[in-house]
Amino acid sequence: MKVIDTGNHMAALAARMARPDVIAAYPITPQTTIVERLAQYVESGECESQFVRVESEHSAMAACISASATGSRTFTATSSHGLLLMHEMLHWAGLARTPVVMVNINRAIGPGWSIWSDCNDSMSQRDTGWLQYYCSSNQEVFDTVIQAYRVGEHADVLLPVMINYDGFILSHTSMAADIPSQEDVDRFLPPFQAGWKLDVDDPLTHGNIIGPEYYMETRYDMHRAQESARQLIADVEQEWEERFGRHHGGLVEEYRCEDADTVLVAMGAIGAEAHAAVDELREQGERAGLARMRVFRPFPAAEMQRLSERAELVVIDRDISVGMGGAVAAEVRAAVEGPVKSYVAGLGGRDVTIRDIVKMYRLAQQGQEGWYSVEVS
Amino acid sequence: MAIKDLPREEYVLEGNASCPGCPITIALRTVLKALGKNTILTIPASCSAVIQSLYPKTSFNVPTLNVAFETAAASASGIVASLQAQGREDITVVAWAGDGGSYDIGLQALSGALERGTNFLYICYNNQMYSNTGIQRSGATPYGAWTTTTWTGKKERQKVLAEIVMAHHIPYVATASIAYPEDLYQKTKKAQGIRGPKYMEIIAPCPPGWRFDMSKTVELARLAVETGAWLLYEFENEKLTFTGPTRAILEGDKEPASVEDWLRMQGRFRNLTTQDLETFKQVLQERWDHYRKLASL
Repeated sequence: MKVIDTGNHMAALAARMARPDVIAAYPITPQTTIVERLAQYVESGECESQFVRVESEHSAMAACISASATGSRTFTATSSHGLLLMHEMLHWAGLARTPVVMVNINRAIGPGWSIWSDCNDSMSQRDTGWLQYYCSSNQEVFDTVIQAYRVGEHADVLLPVMINYDGFILSHTSMAADIPSQEDVDRFLPPFQAGWKLDVDDPLTHGNIIGPEYYMETRYDMHRAQESARQLIADVEQEWEERFGRHHGGLVEEYRCEDADTVLVAMGAIGAEAHAAVDELREQGERAGLARMRVFRPFPAAEMQRLSERAELVVIDRDISVGMGGAVAAEVRAAVEGPVKSYVAGLGGRDVTIRDIVKMYRLAQQGQEGWYSVEVS
Repeated sequence: MAIKDLPREEYVLEGNASCPGCPITIALRTVLKALGKNTILTIPASCSAVIQSLYPKTSFNVPTLNVAFETAAASASGIVASLQAQGREDITVVAWAGDGGSYDIGLQALSGALERGTNFLYICYNNQMYSNTGIQRSGATPYGAWTTTTWTGKKERQKVLAEIVMAHHIPYVATASIAYPEDLYQKTKKAQGIRGPKYMEIIAPCPPGWRFDMSKTVELARLAVETGAWLLYEFENEKLTFTGPTRAILEGDKEPASVEDWLRMQGRFRNLTTQDLETFKQVLQERWDHYRKLASL
């Protein structure tokens, strides 16, 4: 069924169709239309989930972790400061191996208050053990929420998954998307089989004090689980394509990279914009390509290295690791041997248009990089 | 009922890591005897997280989830929601937290869970300080008490969490003391049978924190009640009823035991001046008057 709706409504619909047993969420701009829609679904009976209207994001995540620990599929959504408030519990979800699925609408961090797109919220959570997807269209938002459950709940992974997309640019913009039937979703996504759960017939204690002789292995297992997720993310997307005819690129969506000598690396809405910029650059005779990083955790190191062997990489970060630089660029540089240029752009929702990306490409050719529109323009 | 009539089943096993004379295991042992096997515990950072023993062993014989310090009630909300989704009506969900995790850092989550009508039992064992981290002041520490963050005695009076809880108009609030296990047992049983949020608070004298000999825990807990320093009551259907010795003390039928003697047994009050003692007694008197009013409504 074709529908035209906002990214947030697509996320809410996908969450409903994934049939979570428990939803716990707290409103924050620009995520609010997700919780509003979910509340409607629950109150109208279209959704059978238990909906816990918690008093904070911290409690939302605590409730999701605990529901997951009791054997339930869970969903929550947040943004910006809400995600930051959850930080402690994001680590907890990772270490407890509870595969909570969460939508995060990328939004800048205050002060001053900014409600516009910026990835510093989720980039600040990169070490929490969560898998991280970044979407560039509303269709991808819908598809990825469903896929995320398959990946996170897999016995080899059992880790929480964060699906990110840009505030307002995607969250509040209507686009067309193809929505599969509930039966098709059910066939793709069977009910959750918990890796462990609280069980009165098997009274185990979870998360008690753990000494140095055991702790490190729990971290190692998490790391291994993220490594396992690489192949699984690709496999799940391939299965999605076979069933529904759509493919968003697995870990990295590569566009016109085959003969490219310069490859733009971007995520989210800037990734979508860069898609059009590559077409324009090609028309101007450039051998430009795009690697849209769809998954940031696990980090697609091999994909970046492969691309780097043939082309210079120009990374556009909509985030800043203050005192270091763009976070994505830093990781790309750690993963590849070839040349990498780095731009920080679009913070706090500053527009990054096709023209801006073409310009960054041209400036990179002249050896420039840095804060686009601030120190380089 | 008498202590010998309590169920034989043990859910707090031998070999746990609590200090000698610890009131927590005494309290939890009784509580779990009342609740039985179909109980899930969620426990925030606290002494109770420690006394379970080290991974991969445990001394708690009911499923137990350890959660972050401020999340006991939110965690219980998640467990309850999951059980509801599974149609499990036969399991009691208990958030088991200390006063630090309840009065202070977990207060928001507790208030939220109560206001949402969560079908769970929240039990605060109150040792009037952060004992797990080494005896720091909490919102429950009484006026004048020494702690490692109030070296010259706490200058402020304690807040009364149970009154904050009562303002949520939940179906059941009760206080207990480990010195009265039959009373604790019966209140826990009663709470288990009520749907919605239930809150219980147990006074839990801590030997290293209150500075008394480990053999005196029960005596201190009994005197807390007999002096009127700790009140036993139930709050049901918006009505407060005194229970145990508290009834006779507050209704004037029985002289309270000497609060000075009780304070003298506790090293944490060693530096209390005569003026401090007067302030302490005055706070107590005000509390009694307040509760008499609550009970007469």
